[in-house]
Amino acid sequence: MKLMWFHLMPYTELPEDFNKKHPSVWVDIHSSLFDPRRAHHMYNDFMDELEYAAEVGFDAICVNEHHSNGYGLMPSPNLIASSLARRTTDTALCVMGNSLALYNPPTRVAEEFAMIDCISGGRLIAGFPVGSPMDTCYAYGQNPSLLRERYLEAHDLVKKAWTEKDTFAFSGRFNQQRYVNIWPRPIQNEPHPPIWIPGGGSVETWRWCAEMDYVYCYLSYYGYKAGLATMNGFWNEMEKLGKDRNPYRAGFLQFVGVAESRQQALDLYTEPAEYFYGRCLHVDARFALPPGYTTEATQRAGIEGMMTKAANLANPATKAALKATNMKDIVDGGYVIVGSPDEVVEQIRHVATSLNVGHLMLLLQYGNMSKDTTKYNTRLFAEKVMPRVKDLFGDWEDKWWPKPMARGQRAAVPSYRASVAAE
Amino acid sequence: MSELKTTTVEVNGFPCRVWTKGSGPTLGFLAGLGGLPRWLPFLDELARTRTVIVPSLPGYPGGATGHSVLDTHLDWVLAVRQLLDKAGLAGADLIGASVGGAFAAEMAAIFPGQVRRLALLAPFGLFDEREPATDPWAQRRDAVAGLMCADPAKWEALVAPPDGANSVEWPIEMVRAAEAAARAFWPLGNTKLEKRLALIAAPTLLLWGDKDRVLPASYAAKFAAGIKGARIETVPGAGHLAYLDRPEAVAGAVLAHFQPG
Repeated sequence: MKLMWFHLMPYTELPEDFNKKHPSVWVDIHSSLFDPRRAHHMYNDFMDELEYAAEVGFDAICVNEHHSNGYGLMPSPNLIASSLARRTTDTALCVMGNSLALYNPPTRVAEEFAMIDCISGGRLIAGFPVGSPMDTCYAYGQNPSLLRERYLEAHDLVKKAWTEKDTFAFSGRFNQQRYVNIWPRPIQNEPHPPIWIPGGGSVETWRWCAEMDYVYCYLSYYGYKAGLATMNGFWNEMEKLGKDRNPYRAGFLQFVGVAESRQQALDLYTEPAEYFYGRCLHVDARFALPPGYTTEATQRAGIEGMMTKAANLANPATKAALKATNMKDIVDGGYVIVGSPDEVVEQIRHVATSLNVGHLMLLLQYGNMSKDTTKYNTRLFAEKVMPRVKDLFGDWEDKWWPKPMARGQRAAVPSYRASVAAE
Repeated sequence: MSELKTTTVEVNGFPCRVWTKGSGPTLGFLAGLGGLPRWLPFLDELARTRTVIVPSLPGYPGGATGHSVLDTHLDWVLAVRQLLDKAGLAGADLIGASVGGAFAAEMAAIFPGQVRRLALLAPFGLFDEREPATDPWAQRRDAVAGLMCADPAKWEALVAPPDGANSVEWPIEMVRAAEAAARAFWPLGNTKLEKRLALIAAPTLLLWGDKDRVLPASYAAKFAAGIKGARIETVPGAGHLAYLDRPEAVAGAVLAHFQPG
């Protein structure tokens, strides 16, 4: 199986009384809470952590896009990915992803992803999320009733821009371009970089992923227990559509904290986990459900989006029912897997096999976890857990993994020497 | 007063419900946020002396999913124009409230022959950064009723499922009404209507609830400044959907403006 290291890049210094004094971590979070000089260190720590994960052997490092968000400091994940492309050599770069409807014209995504693919020698995984309500409809002002239609059209345009050899005109419902001809073109051109779709639990998304042969990723913050119903739904739908159970059709996000013992893991990871589930998911319910964002088919199926659940956590009316903001409930609920290497191995094997997921995206940094603790968690996982779970799904072929240039053909990137600039 | 009659017209291939009641000269009504999931006392007040024709805008209750093919403001304007024609409202007096008010104003501006006299009740269409309108699509569920009406119970009564309503489809229809409004007016309610106000030739009455928590009262003055000869009247004790809070007062003011018939 593939073990991927995911960073959300949370602002790590939200105050203790954040939830009391501020209505939301997202959309209208106050600028006075953001100290750019502290963010300088956060960004550099986070990028060190991503590079470290590549160094210790994770299959991929993952970044994603958020706007006006106190737990996600990457409005442009492409900026981070391009830096990682220069500072890593063999690790896949998973940009999870670019919310297609937010780019005007959407060919911007085709271009930037092609740049990252070229710089990295063909290591890009191209993620195309619709994007959360907070990011797309509120922070970016997109019309919730038109968002999915715009997204689908932008997808068609980006894909055509990657694969069409000649300059073409695109006359869409929302995009009109006379001359589409992107330079550069991606290295992965048979036919294009792997496309992965992070989505909620809608049947339409599952069917679309099956039809297009894309990887479906369920990026929930609520762990494998809560994710089981969704992944079962996904696999049932695949069976109905006559698709095989290749676990590499799917990706899943899981928080993990590993230490020498379970008690030590609780000592280390309680604070960052409670910071994340308490402060980082403190989203004002009024930003959870712009009308039209959830399709009527999904409403009929009674499926609630993940951020609606998060927003409900912030809503006093439902907080009593969903109060997993303390470590005991967080662990009991399966949001975060904690334990000794043996215990974590057992749980990861259980998660992967019960959900049938070949691409496991791991959050080993969360909340206000320090760089030292993050590196400890990352190293221990790589040394003591990874070798004992890698064998899973060995019989299946991962057809959705990047196909980079051969190592010998790729550019050697010299390390930066400050002294040269100073001379 | 004749009985309530329900018919259907097609716009862009989608059915739109048309209610007709009353006798006397015709007038039309385009409802505000939430649309018309049920008949209203306000419409009965009008039907005492007038033939009231109430077409449902695409996507609003009674308007099926016609909003789903409307991508631009021009699409919306042309859909409303077709709706009025097919409902038999060409050249009639027209009342538009809230989101429906923005379309009523567009009709009078772009198709001057279409609207005889105009009554606008806290219409959408403008936005002032110095005095921002409230975002109706970023509200906690329990805050919506108090935002729409001075008396929240009036809004609750509008959207409450009637006996025998489908428990799945009814709430979806209510969300669809909000979506249709959002589709046309997201994110600010600003359709740049200001540029076209001077084209309105129909005698215009602007009504505003003095407890409107969605659109500031100063917006009434902005409309009045743009529309030649427009007159402003305030409805005491009424919120944004004043026709729910004060049906008799609003109907009285409108009918007086439309006199002599």
